[in-house]
Amino acid sequence: MIAWDDFTPLASLAGGLLIGLAAAWLALANGRIAGISGLLGGLVDRAADWPLRAAFVAGVVLAPLVYRLLVGDLPAVHVAASWPQLALAGLLVGVGTRYASGCTSGHGVCGLARLSPRSLVATLSFMAAGFVTVYVLRHALA
Amino acid sequence: MKTLSALLAGLIFGLGLIVSGMANPAKVQGFLDLAGAWDPSLALVMVGAIGVALLPFRLAQRLKTSWLGEPLQLPGMREITPRLVAGSVLFGIGWGLAGLCPGPALVLLGTLSAPALLFVLAMLAGMALFRLLERQRA
Repeated sequence: MIAWDDFTPLASLAGGLLIGLAAAWLALANGRIAGISGLLGGLVDRAADWPLRAAFVAGVVLAPLVYRLLVGDLPAVHVAASWPQLALAGLLVGVGTRYASGCTSGHGVCGLARLSPRSLVATLSFMAAGFVTVYVLRHALA
Repeated sequence: MKTLSALLAGLIFGLGLIVSGMANPAKVQGFLDLAGAWDPSLALVMVGAIGVALLPFRLAQRLKTSWLGEPLQLPGMREITPRLVAGSVLFGIGWGLAGLCPGPALVLLGTLSAPALLFVLAMLAGMALFRLLERQRA
């Protein structure tokens, strides 16, 4: 069953275009992959190229402020997870993305745009795990 | 200049996450909820992002140096390894559990959201744990 009331095809497509353009720009101008977990992981590892990593991360963090200045009120956001769930989820995302060398941005966007078989396997794996997790959370346990 | 370019790229990336709905965990979980009221929006985020990046990445792979004169650091690994799959599965479980992946978590951090702060701190701890485990292996 499709939730037509929640479906936002145009906004999601437009947002996707912005994400793709930003990733393309970082690759062409800076020669780098716009992978958030990799860029963050390098900061944790104190990599020598930290200024570039910190600048990209700062840009993402500042985006809501700039959105508010340019567009207006931010779209509504709802976090359903409890505090223990958030802590466990964060830990899993941190460890998992580092072992996988990428997340939704590095594998799901940049890797698939580079037609990388590795990124296809990674994307199918985290999507499948995400589907199963939400199924267990909302239907099996509920 | 290089740093400014990265800042701008990050900003546009973050704006894209907000506009697309990826920064809303409820929407992400709605996409992952195949058996419930499924919201297919996020598939279109991927279509838009990958579609517009296909040609530029093809071009980037042919560059000798980047437009700002930096060496190209595009991944060269081709091997499908157990750690790639296991890591992705762990990531996917966390993604489903909270409806957050690293980019949207940073965006929400910028709205001074307490849940996002907790998630990001736990994520950084997870990355530090990975570093520790890798060092012991070496």
